[in-house]
Amino acid sequence: MTAVKLIFLMTAVVILGSAVAVVSARKIIHAALWLVLTLLGVAVMFALLESSFFAVVQVLVYIGAISILIIFAVMLSRSSFVDEGSQTHRRWWIAAIGLLVIFVAWVAVLSLWPQWSVTSTPLPATATDLATLGKQLVDPNAYLLPFELSSILLVTALVGAIFTAMERKGDQP
Amino acid sequence: MSFIADPVNFIANWLTTVLTGWGASASLIQIILFVIGAGLLSLGPLLLTILLIWVERKIGGRFQDRLGPNRLGPWGIIQPIADMLKIFTKELITPTGADKVPYNLAPILAAGSVIAVWAVIPLASTVYGVNINIGAVYILAFGALGELGFIMAGLGSNNKFALLGGFRVVANLLSYEVPMILILLVPVMFSGSLGMNDIALSQTVWNVFLAPLAAIIFFITLIAENARAPFDLIEADSEIVAGFNVEYSGLKFGFFYVADFLHSVTAALVFSTLFLGGWRGPGAETYPILGFIYLVIKAAIIYFAILHIRFSIPRFRIDQMMSFNWKFLTPLSMMVLVTTALLNKLVPGDLTLVRVAVMWAANLVLWVAADQIVKRVVKKQAVPEVAQPRPLARPPQVGTNDILGG
Repeated sequence: MTAVKLIFLMTAVVILGSAVAVVSARKIIHAALWLVLTLLGVAVMFALLESSFFAVVQVLVYIGAISILIIFAVMLSRSSFVDEGSQTHRRWWIAAIGLLVIFVAWVAVLSLWPQWSVTSTPLPATATDLATLGKQLVDPNAYLLPFELSSILLVTALVGAIFTAMERKGDQP
Repeated sequence: MSFIADPVNFIANWLTTVLTGWGASASLIQIILFVIGAGLLSLGPLLLTILLIWVERKIGGRFQDRLGPNRLGPWGIIQPIADMLKIFTKELITPTGADKVPYNLAPILAAGSVIAVWAVIPLASTVYGVNINIGAVYILAFGALGELGFIMAGLGSNNKFALLGGFRVVANLLSYEVPMILILLVPVMFSGSLGMNDIALSQTVWNVFLAPLAAIIFFITLIAENARAPFDLIEADSEIVAGFNVEYSGLKFGFFYVADFLHSVTAALVFSTLFLGGWRGPGAETYPILGFIYLVIKAAIIYFAILHIRFSIPRFRIDQMMSFNWKFLTPLSMMVLVTTALLNKLVPGDLTLVRVAVMWAANLVLWVAADQIVKRVVKKQAVPEVAQPRPLARPPQVGTNDILGG
């Protein structure tokens, strides 16, 4: 086993473990912190794939901005959102069986796929060139439309947030 | 390659020959050198902090018309070592109801994220941790991780003051990141690369001459990101005691202390690399040690400026701080970015003097326009005086026949 494989397995365990912890943590603030660990693991995955730009952007955007905003929103709310009582449904085993079937089916389908057994080769140095990425984002033949659509979505969210928070004239203080 | 010209690579080469002589494989030698380099690069800043604490206290003392530390050793230079030994012996107290894991992880994140930045700063033309092609974004990303450390400290301490400090961390650091990222694009645009060494290498004319306004805005946002006075609202002692680190004691507090002092010198290094040409100077390419000396001199000047501002300007009110960022710095940095991008393409790179003159003119116009707009707005939005201040701080009943006082 190579060192990269070992790091990959360790990271995978951390990502999956903390992802489970996100949904099973009793305090929502703990869930948010576990989410940070999950996203950090994904950043390590990007670094393992030798895509250092995406690794750093993952940390900057998902941990530096989004997770901090989630934590901030939780901190601002008065209730601490502690989950009481049982966390499992009475018939949880039905869901477990269903999941197992889907998982086995997925593995079966994927193993029939010829790309499954192809070993990946390292990308050439030009493939990680940021200028290419930037040009692709504004190229009409490449990703211009999805890029612009996602920015419109963000602007819509921003306008919505401002509209919700805005004080109107007739409002009670 | 002689020892005097390039000591670090000289020692590295010597170590490689010695290890090869002992029969180590090339990859093992690589790993050993990496471990030694990483160890030194993270230990160096920590040891430097001991000196920095003395420097800051001494300079601060002079600014405030007192002597500063002056008992232990010549000019009190041993004082921080004594303080450090004392902090080692202090008890580590965990408050009741604290969230243990975030509470204990926070100091490590806060100090670690600063040291991690040192990995991408080119200390000389041949000496740097790694020359990754995304150094500038890397610095921002680790700044964000440090923020997370402060938030976790505020959150996990089970203390209202600490929680308020945590709120202010988000308000302060997250909002000043916006103009900072915008302005960071200016040196990136000039050099055509995000790597810190490439940015330093490309500065035949220092970026501060090409983009003076961008340099000033970046300097302000650096101070704000480090939560130094006048932006030190997250640990405003007179309002929220000490903010996020109020419950910490002993070595855990020491970590925050180290992070705080290290932040400003790291900021000075980043600023020197991005805008003052980094290690560039006469003879720096042939004698890398000269480049290191140039970088230290530049960083020291910036560091002194940060200290000067810290000890001269009183703290902002929180609404002033927020409106300064969102209503002044962010629009201005957008304008600076767009203007610089346009002029950078319009004026060819080989006409250096013309380029500098055009850039200065554009920056001056932008600055005067921003100044005029701010003056108008401030005049329009004068804060109304609610009441006349009372001449003496005493209840109104004092000295009367009122049963409530006298």
